[in-house]
Amino acid sequence: MPVTLILNGQQRVVTSDPDTPLLYVLTDELALQGPRFGCGLGQCGSCSVLVNDVEIRSCQTPLATVGGKTVTTLEGLPAWYAAKRKLSTAPALHPIQQALIDEQALQCGYCFNGMIIKAAELLAKNPSPTEPQIRTAMSGHLCRCGTYPRIIKAIRRAAAAMTVRG
Amino acid sequence: MSTRRDFIKSGGALIVGFSLGDVLQAQAPVPAAGGRSLDLKQLDTWLAIHADNTATVYIGFAELGQGASTALLQVAGEELDLDMSQMKSVALDTNVSPNQGGTYSSAAINRGSPQVRSAAAEARRALLQLASARLGAPVDRLSVTRGVVSVAGASRSVTYGDLLGDRQFNLEVSGAAPVKAATGYRLVGTSTPRNDIPDKVSGRYTYMQHARMPGMLHGRVVRPRGQSALGVTPKAVSVDETSIRGINARVVRRGDFIGVVAEREWDAVRAARELKVTWDIRAALPGTARLHEQMRSETTQDRLVAERGNVDVAFAAAAHVTTQVGRGPYQSHAAFGPNCAIADVRADSAVVISTTQDIYGTRAMLTRVLNLPTERIQVRYQEGASNYGHGCQDDATQAAAILSQLTGAPVRLQFMRADEHGWDNYGPAHLGEARAAADAQGRIVAYEYHGWQHNWSNVEASAQLTGAVPADREGSAAQQVSPLNLGSMYDAPNVKLVNHRVPAMGYLRGAWLRSPLDLSFSFASEQAIDQLAFLSQQDSWQFRQRNITDPRWLGVLNAAAEAAGWQPRRAASGVSNARTVRGRGIAVGTHLASYGAAVAEIEVDKQTGRVLITHLFGAIDAGLVVNPGNVENQISGQLVQTASRMLKEEITFDTRQVTSLDWNGYPILRFDEAPEVTPIIVQRLTERSTGAGEEVMAAAAAAIANAFFDATGVRMDQYPLTPARVLTALRR
Repeated sequence: MPVTLILNGQQRVVTSDPDTPLLYVLTDELALQGPRFGCGLGQCGSCSVLVNDVEIRSCQTPLATVGGKTVTTLEGLPAWYAAKRKLSTAPALHPIQQALIDEQALQCGYCFNGMIIKAAELLAKNPSPTEPQIRTAMSGHLCRCGTYPRIIKAIRRAAAAMTVRG
Repeated sequence: MSTRRDFIKSGGALIVGFSLGDVLQAQAPVPAAGGRSLDLKQLDTWLAIHADNTATVYIGFAELGQGASTALLQVAGEELDLDMSQMKSVALDTNVSPNQGGTYSSAAINRGSPQVRSAAAEARRALLQLASARLGAPVDRLSVTRGVVSVAGASRSVTYGDLLGDRQFNLEVSGAAPVKAATGYRLVGTSTPRNDIPDKVSGRYTYMQHARMPGMLHGRVVRPRGQSALGVTPKAVSVDETSIRGINARVVRRGDFIGVVAEREWDAVRAARELKVTWDIRAALPGTARLHEQMRSETTQDRLVAERGNVDVAFAAAAHVTTQVGRGPYQSHAAFGPNCAIADVRADSAVVISTTQDIYGTRAMLTRVLNLPTERIQVRYQEGASNYGHGCQDDATQAAAILSQLTGAPVRLQFMRADEHGWDNYGPAHLGEARAAADAQGRIVAYEYHGWQHNWSNVEASAQLTGAVPADREGSAAQQVSPLNLGSMYDAPNVKLVNHRVPAMGYLRGAWLRSPLDLSFSFASEQAIDQLAFLSQQDSWQFRQRNITDPRWLGVLNAAAEAAGWQPRRAASGVSNARTVRGRGIAVGTHLASYGAAVAEIEVDKQTGRVLITHLFGAIDAGLVVNPGNVENQISGQLVQTASRMLKEEITFDTRQVTSLDWNGYPILRFDEAPEVTPIIVQRLTERSTGAGEEVMAAAAAAIANAFFDATGVRMDQYPLTPARVLTALRR
């Protein structure tokens, strides 16, 4: 039975089996490049997406459970941000994405889908997080390259940019 | 086993979103070099000048997130006087890219930049000769800005594009074309932003794991959960295909190599998980607890790596003698996204897309696995999650190729997390015994190091499971006890280094992992040096200063200490009974070249045994640094990864199999434990570039161990410094 979801602002009907983890629907049926397989166990965060604005692990989330819900992936994050902030047009990048470029924070970058999704969720809930709050919020997301210090800087930079913009 | 291509239903729904470009979609059954020269002597192999006054630089190194593709363009642009926006590189491909060797050993800049520089200088010379004729002016009156050649004092000019416009140079790289003096650099030495980052943050970047091929199937391997001892490959006694009845997937097998393929990825994942295979696995491993004891008791092949003076006489006469044992674990590459490859193997040719760090090496291995001639195999590189050495890239690539050959269809193979953790070619375990001595004035008079480890396996599990390569094939190469990283930075007159090669059979698969063995070497070696400072009642920094004369070693040592605001005092002079104690340590070290030094600041909770690294300072002298921003990022990454490897990372196994199969069993450092980091570059504009991707890890590893001593007065003889191990050491 097809499942309908609101993906990055658009209604999509998908035909994967309802027990298929959302990750495989997003990467295989819908050809998205944001979410990606890391562990299939919910341990690492590379497959993260927002479901109704909450970060979840798509490798552990059966398709059936997101029927009718809003799913936001890395690709849809600028528009999601614009909607949250009631901006008339979506920026090219969410402020955290721009801050990560400004800090040249990535190395291989494979974990950054999850890093960006989680940081965007954090900034939506807490516009000016302290460093301990950032570390706690992000601690479920792993990075093999050791980019944590620059991600922390980027989140603080993004928070500052968002505050200035009001 | 059938090899029917009709297994794929025509027009299936699994072909989605191609992002790999036209080459892939228009894949020809016969790989050919497409008319491109791959002769390293030919200038056209390296460079093309286009009519729109841009250039393509053909680079033989893989972009691994280290910024090589940006930095090598800087080198080319410097000599050509082109801006970054006028240059591009193309994806690595055995049909397109020059063979510069694998992207290993911090080679991209070290080995790659002289080749690229030489080719770009040759191109500039040729273009200026063309411009001279066109403009009617001698070459010495010409200048170039952004690829526009102008005549001094005149308004005449011509662009590179006008001069050559997509035609070939047809010239050899003579090596005699003049290169710019470092003092005149405008691009090299600047922190040009990396060109891969914008697409990586937006989701436009196609990682290997997102690549697709028309008509492909999804494959998974079916192996025991965790590898067993090298030399006794597990035997598949029976395969019960009825166990996956109801899943739309098929079992394929060659020898003890078993896989499943399916049109839908989730079906392949489920089938691999559910398929019942009875394995015969010999209990031939020592188990984690007995590992080092067994290595020490093996009959080894011994080699005297270096000897100077007479250490025994010097030890006998010395005022202070110390010994330090260091036990290092097997550690995993643990690529964050499990390795993945796509192969389309046909009767007489193959096209393979892979995360390999060495497309030519991978092609050579595939020749044997597929029984196809080298020139019929095309290997393309697509970036995945970083492996930091020889992880499962080639194993996954071979698995994809075998599955494709068996099914007759293109197959995308991705390892699952347990495959990646359990079947890695681990960074080998090491046992080191360092002995060092100082005279009454605190001069190091003798240094001795014995190291035990086995070789790299160099043969992939896929090839061994199929039987294409004997199961007991032992690799011939490995990092040996390294004179560069063991004591040679000090002016000791009496030195002896001995390598004890342990037979690899009965241990785990091994291969190079970022800064191979260096963390283990320096963990023992630099603790011994530090202990000599302590015994000599001297400050650890000052003791090293007094025993080093090489200005480049002194340069990094002082840079790290000064950045950390190091105040001289004897180590462990502030040891207290408090529950939480702080310490700081300093050390030097390297990999194959370059100079590294580090300072660590840590806290130890003596009740829980938890070590928290609060700040790491890391200094590198890598000669001419092409892109300081990239190198700072590399240093930061090395420091955090070293913290992870020293505190957390350890592959565990029982006598049958590896048991650490995911991020719970093999934890790495998390955000809430990440140290603050301070990267320091000692820039040497007139020295040869020598690589900066792995040269500060040895120093950082030992600095952490020395900081632990400073905090507690206890020397650790094994890492990682897990709470249990710390508590045991503190109670001793």
